[in-house]
Amino acid sequence: MSDVIANQSEPTQGRWWIGLFLVIAVLVAIRAGIGEGMGRVYVQTESTSYVSTEGEGGRVSWSAVPGVTEDSVTIDRDVFRTAGQYRAAEAAAPGQQAIRLSWDRTIGLWLAAFFTLAVFSFLAGDNPAYKLTESIVIGVSAGYWMVVAFWETLVPKLLAQLAPDLVKAWCMPNLEGGAFNPVALVPLGLGIMLLSQLTPLGRHVGRWPLAFVIGTFAGLKMVSHVESDIIEQVRATVLPLVVSSEDGSLAAWASLRNVLIVTGVLCTLAYFVFSVEHKGAVGRAARVGVWFLMITFGSAFGFTVMGRIALLAARFEFLFIDWLWLIDPKGERGMSVVAAVMQSG
Amino acid sequence: MSGTLDRRWIYLAMMLAVALPILWNGVTGKTFPESPTPPSQACFDAIEALPAGSRVLVSFDYDPASEGELAPMATTFLRHLMHKGLRPVIIALWPLGPTKAEETIANVMKVDFPDRVSGRDYVNLGFQTGNEGVLKVIGTDFRKQFPVDRSGTPVDRLPIMEGITKVGDFPLVITISAGYPGGKEWVQYVSSANPGLVLLAGVTGVQASQVYSYYPGQLRGMLAAIKGAAEYEALVSAAIDGDRVTAPKYTEARRRMAPQLFGHLLLIALIVIGNAMYFAQRRCKAVAP
Repeated sequence: MSDVIANQSEPTQGRWWIGLFLVIAVLVAIRAGIGEGMGRVYVQTESTSYVSTEGEGGRVSWSAVPGVTEDSVTIDRDVFRTAGQYRAAEAAAPGQQAIRLSWDRTIGLWLAAFFTLAVFSFLAGDNPAYKLTESIVIGVSAGYWMVVAFWETLVPKLLAQLAPDLVKAWCMPNLEGGAFNPVALVPLGLGIMLLSQLTPLGRHVGRWPLAFVIGTFAGLKMVSHVESDIIEQVRATVLPLVVSSEDGSLAAWASLRNVLIVTGVLCTLAYFVFSVEHKGAVGRAARVGVWFLMITFGSAFGFTVMGRIALLAARFEFLFIDWLWLIDPKGERGMSVVAAVMQSG
Repeated sequence: MSGTLDRRWIYLAMMLAVALPILWNGVTGKTFPESPTPPSQACFDAIEALPAGSRVLVSFDYDPASEGELAPMATTFLRHLMHKGLRPVIIALWPLGPTKAEETIANVMKVDFPDRVSGRDYVNLGFQTGNEGVLKVIGTDFRKQFPVDRSGTPVDRLPIMEGITKVGDFPLVITISAGYPGGKEWVQYVSSANPGLVLLAGVTGVQASQVYSYYPGQLRGMLAAIKGAAEYEALVSAAIDGDRVTAPKYTEARRRMAPQLFGHLLLIALIVIGNAMYFAQRRCKAVAP
């Protein structure tokens, strides 16, 4: 089928994709018309009043208070409510407004469903919906990381050290310390030098901060690797090959496990000894080492499959539970469509 | 024949193998029984061994991309800690970790343990950038990296943080980890530097094979992928709920084991069929004149 698709001309492919999305749209429309519909998000507004107090050093703290006072500030928060809660509220007081449909969150839910299906559609072949979704994911991720880097790194770790009063007045009223820290000029200088990589003339200047970063990272990694991945791992491999149980008898399984661990480590290491020709005892040990490596790769592949299926299951759960309202394992809506159909059958 | 099989049939088969068990579970509410493996049992035992009131450092080192595997672990860890009367101090090495932590707090603490107070019984200290640099610093000065909680309250004013100056002051550390920085870095920079500290890790399937070699020496317990989460969930449910019905939000990992079973059966069948066809083709070529 892929060959057939691949050999089709562009307009035919376009029609194929339009047809597929139309079929999905028709199925969704049919589903939306069954029972109480699908894909709606309900919210209830909760209001909390806060009053501010100024403590030592001009520190401002906010605490929640019951009711509204002259000095208080009230903040409204929309809290999720289930369709079952909405139905119960409507039954108790028809036309109530406490629990209501949230249009923005409902649109968000439908967009999430569309993006999920668009990503799935790549399995059938590249298409505009997938490309659009991919671009949005990349754009949102880049934007999010930029904001995080600005507010979590640049502001508190650089600007707050160089101009504490300005930062305190601008965005961090509870900033502690408050003294200019000249050491922060060093990362500032290194950062500016790193940015000079963007200009053809300053490329060599940018190598200095890179050298600093690589050197620091190598030093940091070296100590921890030697300690945790060499010394501790060697220690974990020094095991008794014959294990006795508490009553002095032979613990066969524990002994076998230790023999396997020690044999596996020695044979795998033998495979990576390339300065000795893999003949005789070394060759046989290396071949056993290859088997251990293959089993390790197999188990890693098995774990990866498990992880990917779990992620796929989570997306299907989102589509079936939150969007299509096909099933209701959490009992949020009272009854699922599948259960209703089965009961009626 | 293998050359002409469209791979989209395999995708369709996998979709059905995963989707149908979810629908079946959604209707019947049934899950498969889980027997704990030693790494999962070790996680449960390490938490059970702590006296009530102990502070436990929990690091949310994941984001929505790994939520399918790790969110059930996070939910069950916090439920177990709160049920035992332990006090979780939550941090994150991933920028979206604090948001995931807030969701879990809203799901567990605020619904099932409404009497527990933030700042006294648990706290979310938020995210700190710096990856392993953060771990290196909290080894000697915890407050230097986490001076305030997520709402801006200085940790000096939080009762839960009394006496905590470095990561070694916590008797137990849990990392729920999706990659870098995560379980491996916690072993390298925290566990190795603090020999008395008990470290537990809940990791994704991709990471499990990298972290397994640290168990049980440098890592006291480990939840490997959704299977580990389901085992631990079963242990905690048995301890807390007994014969009562467990709330559906605490069966999330077990619900995902039926799709695992059928997904893996399909994959095994495909591998066996693929190999059988390969050898059959090879024999046909060898026999052909």
